[in-house]
Amino acid sequence: MILALILIPGLAGLVSFISRSSRVQYGLLLAAAIMHVGLTASAWFKLPAPIGQNWLFLDDVGLLFLSIISLLFLAAALYGVDYLRRIDHGHSRSREQGLIFRNTPQATLVASLLFFLAAMTLVTVSQHFGILWVAIEATTLTSAPMIYFHRNARSLEATWKYLLICSVGIALALMGNILLAVATLAPNGESAPLFITQIGQLAAQEHLHLPWLKAAFLFLLVGYGTKMGLAPLHTWLPDAHSEAPALVSALLSGALLNCAFLGLLRIHQVCVVAGLGVFSGDLLIFFGLLSLLFAAVFILGQTDYKRLLAYSSVEHMGLLALGVGLGGRAVFGSMLHALNHSLTKAMLFFVAGNILGYYRTRIAADVQGVLRVMPLSGALWIAGLLAITGFPPFGLFISEFIIFKEALDQGRYLIAAIGLSLLGLIFVSMSAIILRMAQGSPAAGVQIQRRPESLLAVGPPALFCLLTIVLGLYIPQRLEELLTRIAVFLGGADGCGAFHKQWGERPHTPSARSGSRRVSPMGDRRDQNGRSVSSPVRPASRRWRHPAAGRVGP
Amino acid sequence: MSPYSDIVLALLALTNLIFLASSRLLACIRIVAVQGMLVGLLPLIAYPTSIGLHALCIAAGTILLKGVLFPWLLRKALRETHMRREVEPLVSYPASMFIGFLTLVVAFWISAQLPLPLPTASPLVVPLALSTILIGLFVVISRIKALSQVLGFLILENGIYAFGAALLLEQPLVVELGVLLDVFVAVFVMGIAIFHISREFDHIDTDALDQLADWTDPVSSE
Repeated sequence: MILALILIPGLAGLVSFISRSSRVQYGLLLAAAIMHVGLTASAWFKLPAPIGQNWLFLDDVGLLFLSIISLLFLAAALYGVDYLRRIDHGHSRSREQGLIFRNTPQATLVASLLFFLAAMTLVTVSQHFGILWVAIEATTLTSAPMIYFHRNARSLEATWKYLLICSVGIALALMGNILLAVATLAPNGESAPLFITQIGQLAAQEHLHLPWLKAAFLFLLVGYGTKMGLAPLHTWLPDAHSEAPALVSALLSGALLNCAFLGLLRIHQVCVVAGLGVFSGDLLIFFGLLSLLFAAVFILGQTDYKRLLAYSSVEHMGLLALGVGLGGRAVFGSMLHALNHSLTKAMLFFVAGNILGYYRTRIAADVQGVLRVMPLSGALWIAGLLAITGFPPFGLFISEFIIFKEALDQGRYLIAAIGLSLLGLIFVSMSAIILRMAQGSPAAGVQIQRRPESLLAVGPPALFCLLTIVLGLYIPQRLEELLTRIAVFLGGADGCGAFHKQWGERPHTPSARSGSRRVSPMGDRRDQNGRSVSSPVRPASRRWRHPAAGRVGP
Repeated sequence: MSPYSDIVLALLALTNLIFLASSRLLACIRIVAVQGMLVGLLPLIAYPTSIGLHALCIAAGTILLKGVLFPWLLRKALRETHMRREVEPLVSYPASMFIGFLTLVVAFWISAQLPLPLPTASPLVVPLALSTILIGLFVVISRIKALSQVLGFLILENGIYAFGAALLLEQPLVVELGVLLDVFVAVFVMGIAIFHISREFDHIDTDALDQLADWTDPVSSE
């Protein structure tokens, strides 16, 4: 079944690359997306059989990210068929550049989309650091042609930056893999194969050379961090996201960044087991806060609304890194945040695509009166603003709340204060830009739309909007269990206990280390029996169902 | 580890410095090709006793890819885009050479901090591979032409490959082939991008790629 998950989009991509009829291509795109969602849904009930012994199998983390990718891809495929058909009608002129949108044969885009899906699926199921690397690099290569979709100077520039920066970054991650292999060297000079579970076992038995593991983590952090868009390595991200067509931006932001994040999670997991949780966690916190800072600075006074959304992705990737770095219950929050962010950001990019298609400009100041011109998209645009800035009752409020509550529980007041004030700043500057776009009356020359907006253009974002509201009010039992298991597995909740059940007993007591994990930068050490350490992850839905009960400014 | 491997490693460092001093793109492509062959041969020379089918396959694949296919592809790009043949670096040649030497110093210092857990390996492996990686990064950021940036990326790859090969960190064949395939496709896609850049701008200088930035109004920058 894992093979089917990878091969169906792969083969469909091949066929659509060869075929000349756009109807066949769209059909293949939709069929592959629907089958992928079906297979992924069945994995929730019965985990698919592993391939090889340790090569490819789906674990809890993989399942969460696979589900996000699959869902987003289906929505993007539905939206995309309509979007491509809309811009297919003759050539349209971009107001800001005067360049004619010479669209490439859709074949390239559809084929790349399908290959991209296959590569991302491989990322989620690979259980070997080498295969993981190969898959993440494959996502870069398959997504580059999609960014160059509009075939003009600007998209070419974005593609070149994306290719070069990400390739160099991923090359450094390869170095990280090699350093990891050095860390496993036994005295007789044999290195262990890089299966994730095997490395985990070696780490638990203290057979890894810690200085080399540290070096490996640094290289992997830089490598996958580049791909994930952590500041200051995010420079490709705003360009690529703003130049790509809307459905591609949605996939890049909602699915691709998560894939790179998964790569980071895998190595962080190993560090936690090896007793380097403080080292890797603090680095993640640092880069998380730095990303928030960069995002806040560049969102302030941003003129281009697609770049605005791209910087917001940098912000949320920072929050993910921050949550995982904090450990404890924040890991749960971080996983929930990944899900919520993907849904919300994809929704916003879809709506941005509708706005761009109508106004033909990406300059926020030139867009006014979206609510009047396109009532549905306008409403979704405002809802998206509230969702992405963490307003209750949207899901991102809950996940951000859990992350910052854990920071406060751990006594890391400085981190919480910096993070929350940056979020506040981002909220103010984002809403200023987006509300101005939505309100007012359209500038002269912009016709008020006569016919209703097409169902496929507003359906997928509306669905995602609904989903993220639901996630803000109620987390289904199954999802909550899955997130809790992931949090426990990643060293959250009850420290490293779960690791050792899974990866073999460690000679020293795990509690001693899970206590030392919680040394705050201010120097106060949290009691190892503190609530965040010993108590299992509290179901978030039950505690924070009423936003009024625990209101915190977003 | 056989003593001849030190010679290969020293040649690796030498090719880096020659690259930094070369002013012709064609020469640069040749140097990177030679470097690719050197790193492909490295595991065979370093461990002559442990040559198996696996090692031979990987070495042959690497030499074919880095020594023959990439240079051919890049030379084709150079010919068909009719670009000027000079490198035109942002940093002058003597300064580049000096920075090349500096990376050696830094790499030796870092490797002194990280003792290899493998006593049989040559002490030159870590510093020379590391300095190759640093020089690759330096070339990527200090050269204007898109083609030179690809060459920098290849030098970076060579450094990483040399590091793994010299320590004989064998990974399963699938993984190594996957890595080679990815690098191949990366260079191939970059080659296509170079064609497009030259068609769009009539040259391949990446300093023309400056339209995307924050805080500039794209309308006024027209």
